[in-house]
Amino acid sequence: MTYNLPTKEGYYGNFGGKFVPEILIPVLEELEEAYEEAWNDNSFRKEYHQLLDEYVGRPTKLTYANRLTDHYGKARIYLKREDLCHTGAHKINNAVGQILLAQRMGKDRIIAETGAGQHGVATATACAKFGVDCIVYMGAEDMERQKLNVERMRLLGTEVRPVTSGSETLKDATNEAIRDWVTNVEDTFYIIGSVVGPHPYPKMVRNFHQVIGDETRQQLQKAEDTEVPDYLLACVGGGSNAMGIFYPFIDDESVEMYGLEAAGHGANTDQTAATLTIGQPGVLHGSMSYLLHNSEGQIQLAHSISAGLDYPGIGPEHSYLHDSGRVTYKGITDEKAMEGVKLLSETEGIIPALETAHAVSYLDELMPRTSKDEIVVLNCSGRGDKDMGTISKNL
Amino acid sequence: MIKTDNRITQLFERNEGSEKIMSLFLTAGYPDLEATVDLILGFEKNGAEMIELGMPFSDPLADGPTIQYSSNVAIEQGITMKKILHIVEQVREESNIPIILMGYINPVLRYGTEEFCKDAAEAGVDGLIIPDIPVEESKVLTDKVAKYDLPMIYLVAPNTSDERMRKIDQQSQGFVYCVSVTGVTGAREGDEIAQSVQRFIGRVKENVTKNPQMVGFGIKSHEDAQRIAADMDGFIVGSAVIDTIREHYLEEGWKDEVFAFVRSLKYGKE
Repeated sequence: MTYNLPTKEGYYGNFGGKFVPEILIPVLEELEEAYEEAWNDNSFRKEYHQLLDEYVGRPTKLTYANRLTDHYGKARIYLKREDLCHTGAHKINNAVGQILLAQRMGKDRIIAETGAGQHGVATATACAKFGVDCIVYMGAEDMERQKLNVERMRLLGTEVRPVTSGSETLKDATNEAIRDWVTNVEDTFYIIGSVVGPHPYPKMVRNFHQVIGDETRQQLQKAEDTEVPDYLLACVGGGSNAMGIFYPFIDDESVEMYGLEAAGHGANTDQTAATLTIGQPGVLHGSMSYLLHNSEGQIQLAHSISAGLDYPGIGPEHSYLHDSGRVTYKGITDEKAMEGVKLLSETEGIIPALETAHAVSYLDELMPRTSKDEIVVLNCSGRGDKDMGTISKNL
Repeated sequence: MIKTDNRITQLFERNEGSEKIMSLFLTAGYPDLEATVDLILGFEKNGAEMIELGMPFSDPLADGPTIQYSSNVAIEQGITMKKILHIVEQVREESNIPIILMGYINPVLRYGTEEFCKDAAEAGVDGLIIPDIPVEESKVLTDKVAKYDLPMIYLVAPNTSDERMRKIDQQSQGFVYCVSVTGVTGAREGDEIAQSVQRFIGRVKENVTKNPQMVGFGIKSHEDAQRIAADMDGFIVGSAVIDTIREHYLEEGWKDEVFAFVRSLKYGKE
């Protein structure tokens, strides 16, 4: 590969870095060293891939979406089925990777934060599998919105700690998790659930998810006799599923990549989470990236129908890919996302997560300018069971 | 090089070898804008020798509930960076107490680093503490702070290695802020600090040789301060002061209660 970011300091162009209190610097240095060593160690890679195979259920299928393809009558559409992963979303790839790393580092107390609950559930699952104590911070409002996932985490033996500060959502759960980490640095491993946070997290989480893109290449070769699609689509909140599928294709210049972020009620309203569409660079949760913040630099609350995309920041690598023009980012409204849910459900018998639905709905805009000999791959990041409450309310 | 007429440098030079310097933290705009100026001037009259003025941020991830609360109150009441700098200007009309602005980098970036450093220096600010700017990330500010003679004060923590302490000492100007415990800001019970702090302070004494040393985090009484800062140049109190304001605010004569607490921090119970 010629693309070789981040730099040693954790930068993707102007974005990334380690904007954290002094207490966390030694911890991040230790993590960075342990991660690089593990990632270059065949026995670690082997154990990780064995877990992906036997426990997560990888490789996930690449499904040709014949009825969806017929619906548009243009390029052939494939779905990368991360919804078939154990626990119902791609998040588990990263959770098992980080728990293996935590074990290797001898850290036996795990903390995490969660918004929609998918990362929380994935972490709780991995912790149960390894018999490790786990605490998940979750905004009180999100706990109310995602009751089922709270129950799942509790059943898995995880303590879910409600966060009542600030907006009571993911942003505040993240602040609380960082505070816990700062206080318990000695024995605690913080499993961050997206390609956000201080270096080396964005890189590490991306690498634990790159299996999505790697498999896609192999599967396309078999199905279409080519490794590269013409178009790649993925939804973006923090951006982990998108980085996972984009990363192995960054050097393939012929691949057009689209990141679909949540525009909520519209990117130009105050009810939005479209960070790259309307945000400005800044620092939140340890890295420099695009953010939703006001003219005083105070972080603004994000809104999306999907709790998983409801975050005012985005991974620093996405900020770089946005500025460099390698990936095109578009905002999708709540309303359009709901149309995406219906479309995929009715044409393919797959109820997508509300996050994924943002990517599905972009097909309306993309497909008319594709041709029949082209290939579209859409990353189906998760399944919609967890969102049925919201979906039925908005249908 | 920090200028010799910097108020922080002059303070430590004046104080050489005598009493422990007391620095108090106050969130700008808490409990309200007008009170902030009165409190700073009152803190000085009651024993404070340096002020750390907090620039409120919506997501203060290194702070405990107390400072988080006071920051939210100030933001809700419409505090802005301009108003914070105006507070400093108002204090400067009556006082020469060193004032350090302390806060997270995002509002500073949004204001514009060059403009911020220029305006802060002109308002009479003597230094900056930005907890989410470790030395590795200092480049976002170094040129500008140098241009406007604004010292950057860095922190060391109990898990900072000896080698790193020496590096931080080299880059820090004015003093080095020694975080007594691993954790967020906030008053703690005494024995929670005592156990590990002595070993940490021993390491600070060996490795921080260029700058004076101030210790903070978790100090809530004169006794805490004297014990923890025994080998340091001084101590910093934040959350305990804000807790006292919060407890008495809206009572008649609440400022006197706060000032009595400030005196007790410096001199012990009357």
